[in-house]
Amino acid sequence: MADTLTFSLVSPERELFSGQVDQVDLPGTEGDLGVLPNHSPLMAAIRTGAITVYSNGSEEKFFVEGGFADVTPAGLTVLAEVATPLADVDPADLTARIEKARAELEMMSDEKAMAHRLHIDGLEAIFNMV
Amino acid sequence: MASLKELKSRISSVKNTQKITRAMQMVAAAKLRKAQEAAESARPYAERIRGVISNLANSMGDGGDAPKLLIGTGSQDTVLLVVATADRGLCGGFNTNIVRKAREEIVALERAGKTVKLYVIGKKGYDQLNRLYSANIVKYISLKEERKLHAGIARNIGEDVTAMFDAGEFDVAKLIFANFKNVMEQVPVSQTIIPANASIEVADEDAGGPDLNGAIYTYEPDEAGILRVLLPRSINTQIFSALLENQAGEMGSKMAAMDSATRNAGDMIDKLTLTFNRTRQARITSELIEIISGAEAL
Repeated sequence: MADTLTFSLVSPERELFSGQVDQVDLPGTEGDLGVLPNHSPLMAAIRTGAITVYSNGSEEKFFVEGGFADVTPAGLTVLAEVATPLADVDPADLTARIEKARAELEMMSDEKAMAHRLHIDGLEAIFNMV
Repeated sequence: MASLKELKSRISSVKNTQKITRAMQMVAAAKLRKAQEAAESARPYAERIRGVISNLANSMGDGGDAPKLLIGTGSQDTVLLVVATADRGLCGGFNTNIVRKAREEIVALERAGKTVKLYVIGKKGYDQLNRLYSANIVKYISLKEERKLHAGIARNIGEDVTAMFDAGEFDVAKLIFANFKNVMEQVPVSQTIIPANASIEVADEDAGGPDLNGAIYTYEPDEAGILRVLLPRSINTQIFSALLENQAGEMGSKMAAMDSATRNAGDMIDKLTLTFNRTRQARITSELIEIISGAEAL
């Protein structure tokens, strides 16, 4: 496939990734989705989880906590609330956060709990990867 | 005329002060570079999020289901001013300029019969505003404990502000901070953050939205759902970039202030040294005269 996708991953603090890639898998709030070159314009909210970037046969993963994906003809931009390369995630820190999030879940009203449970699921999925 | 000993000790004390101001200047210069880098790397996010919101706002219009954060509560009676200043002094007129801007806003708003509430970030601004408007201050946050600015701080402040808005405590929120132009110049600005559409109209002209080649945006979930999550985030981002601008401005201003302090100390040392030498010479001359006239008298 000759076409490539311009992908950039930005968090409020800095730009983590910018370049040409073959495919990006995103954890959307409505379900996971893969973005290939020439994707139709799309704006999707992202839940906590892993972003996988495929380029030249290799893949790179990032841990994101919430944010947005914006697909335009110019390429894909992910605006992540918090983003870290998966290699930099500290399992001990993650365990602590999962426990804290679980404790918070107990005190929440039902409508908030739904979103929070998604967040915990995402954290656990990341934990299984590292 | 001061004695030689007094002059000597004054010279050495000014020299010590000069050493301190020079060190502070160099520290500020190093921190300024870091602050500028931080502000630089935060820019893409802020730009993108603004572009996305103006896109969405345009496609939504002023429909009835648009979130209040975007279109406002319909009234403008209570205004929340989020005033961001530095936590430390010794940086020239930096804090005073921001506070002056805030005071101008307060006076203008109160004259128009509006209620003003103040949300103060930074100790120096709080000290100054507390003297005049202590009744208006609803919240005060000091960032002194934070060693490094990160997005989490701005997020906490932003969530706080949004929660106050949801509780109906104010109708309009403005953010007052200093825009970093260069080391010599930091311009205090006031920027409306709630309702969000006030700031979008301006952004729209240069952004223009991406060219979609006639294709239609798909939204997942729907537009309103995305806006609901996106708007608070955009407020956090604006606060974060304001804090970053402030940090760079504070350091720039401190650098300039310390630079002129170092120069003043140098001038003072020169002057004192001159007086010291003159006094010494005068004393030697008078001693010589005493000896000579003593010898002549014999």
